[in-house]
Order: sequence, then C-alpha cells, then structure tokens
Amino acid sequence: MSEFLAMGGYAMYVWPAFGLTFVVMGTIVASTRLQRRRSIATVQRRQQINSASEPNSRTMDARQQ
Amino acid sequence: MFRWFHRLASLKNFYRLAEILIPWLGALCAILLAVGLYRGLFVAPADYEQGESYRIIYVHVPAAWMSMFVYVVMAFCSALFLIWKMKLADIVAEVSAPIGAAFTFLALATGSLWGKPMWGTWWEWDARLTSELILLFLYIGYMALRASLDNRSTAARAAAILALVGVVNIPIIHYSVEWWNTLHQPASITKLDTPSIHISMLIPLLLMALGFTIFYLVNMLARARSVILEREASTSWVQDRFKENRL
Repeated sequence: MSEFLAMGGYAMYVWPAFGLTFVVMGTIVASTRLQRRRSIATVQRRQQINSASEPNSRTMDARQQ
Repeated sequence: MFRWFHRLASLKNFYRLAEILIPWLGALCAILLAVGLYRGLFVAPADYEQGESYRIIYVHVPAAWMSMFVYVVMAFCSALFLIWKMKLADIVAEVSAPIGAAFTFLALATGSLWGKPMWGTWWEWDARLTSELILLFLYIGYMALRASLDNRSTAARAAAILALVGVVNIPIIHYSVEWWNTLHQPASITKLDTPSIHISMLIPLLLMALGFTIFYLVNMLARARSVILEREASTSWVQDRFKENRL
C-alpha cells in the first residue's frame, strides 16, 4: 500500500496531478448543478410575475425556431 | 429531412432529449472513469524508463484530447450558428467553453507535473506546450468576448467568429510535434500507424479518454438545458413543466 502511495518516488508529482484533476472536474459538476438551480429560480420568478400580473394572464407561446 | 433537422434544432425537443440522455450518460461516465482509473493505477505495469510517474498520462492525455475536441465542437457549432442561425448551436458553443478551458488548464498543469520529474523543467516554450497555452487564451478570450458585449446576438456572432478563427490552432497543436523539434514526445496513438504504446497501458488510457468525453457531454447537455430554461422561461411549455414539477 505504501509502495502504491509512493508511486516509485514520484508521489509528489503523480498525486497532485490526479488530485487537481479530481478537484477541477468536481468543480465543473458543482457549477453545472448551481447553474441549473439558478435557471429554475428564474423560471419560478417568471411564473410568479405571470400569475401576479393578471387573473387570466396569458403566457407567451413558444416560437418554434 | 429538413423537418427532422428543424425538430432537432428545437430547444424544447433538445431539452426533452437531453433529459433522457443525461442519467444514462452519467452512469456510463462514472463506470468508465472508475474502471479506467483502477486499471491505470493498479493493473497497468510501470514504464521501464519513467517508472510510476508515467501514470500521469491517464489524466494528462485525456484532458489534452478533450481541450482540443471541445474547441472543435465549439468551432463546428459556431459555423452552424453563423450559417444557419441555429440558436441551439450557439448555446452548445457557449456552455462548452468553460469546460474546454478547464480541460486545457488541466492538460497544462498535469503536463507540468509530469515534465518536472521527467524533463527537469515545469515549462518549456516548445511548440506543443506553447500552442496549448494559446488554446487556453483562446478559450478565455472567447468567454470574455461573449461577456463583454451587451447585445446577446452580437456577442454570439462575435464569439462564433473568434472560435472559427482560432480553430487553426488545433491542427497546429496536433502536428507541432512533427513540424518542429519539440521537447514534448511525438504521437504514440493519434497517427496513421499502429499505436506505439503497450496494450496494457493503452486500454486504461482509452477508457479514461472516453470517460472524459462522456463527462463533457453530460455537463454540456445539462448546462445547455439550464440556458434553455432561462431563455424560454416565459413560454408555455416551460411554465407547464414548472407547474407539473417536471423541469
């Protein structure tokens, strides 16, 4: 096990490389999730604006593009 | 045929398709990375010249390949956007940029961590390293350009042009080890010949590369969905989904 962690003497280079990769890719995932939460909040805000404006509020139909 | 293409470009359909794909691709990505890491760290033998340090290859090469692949996707989408005004293509390009930039940074950083013990230096201004650094600047420039222009459609068009202009850097990065005397080693895999790497080392490398690719796809699809939600927030299909808690 300690041999594995030592990586033949190159541990100082190998483990930070894998660690950095893990951190960066983890940050990508976290950021993706954060963006989703933010966009859902935007939709929620828009829904509140729509329902607050008029009793029979019409929502804009999606323009097929 | 055109109707199929038109449906494909519809934001609403993309949203639905991506929703179905993401969980499966996510699971596949996790499996590929787990198996690739296991084989790369435990099964593949040490290199006779570089010992255990070569194992950085299992993150360095996939990151480098992704840094180029994502940029090519961005350039392709930019062309689709400029020529056919396909909004979905612009969205894909926009959300891909930060992911590509992250991979480029990783390629450079893990490369440095490999270079220090093997070459004796953290950095060298050789063709491969320099052109990869330029790629990072291109990504950052692309994101900065988009952010700096207030008008969204102007920003999209300007960024698309930048992406297309910069794509010339990709073949330069790839062929740099052939065209110039570089410190970076020549191609062992991406060449018109049998790979000059042992199969026991190649398999985990390919698994990691595929895992990284699927990782990009999952995050790109998810981020594109978020952008679509924001842009289409007032539309009935989004509002309906929200009310049904099916966002």
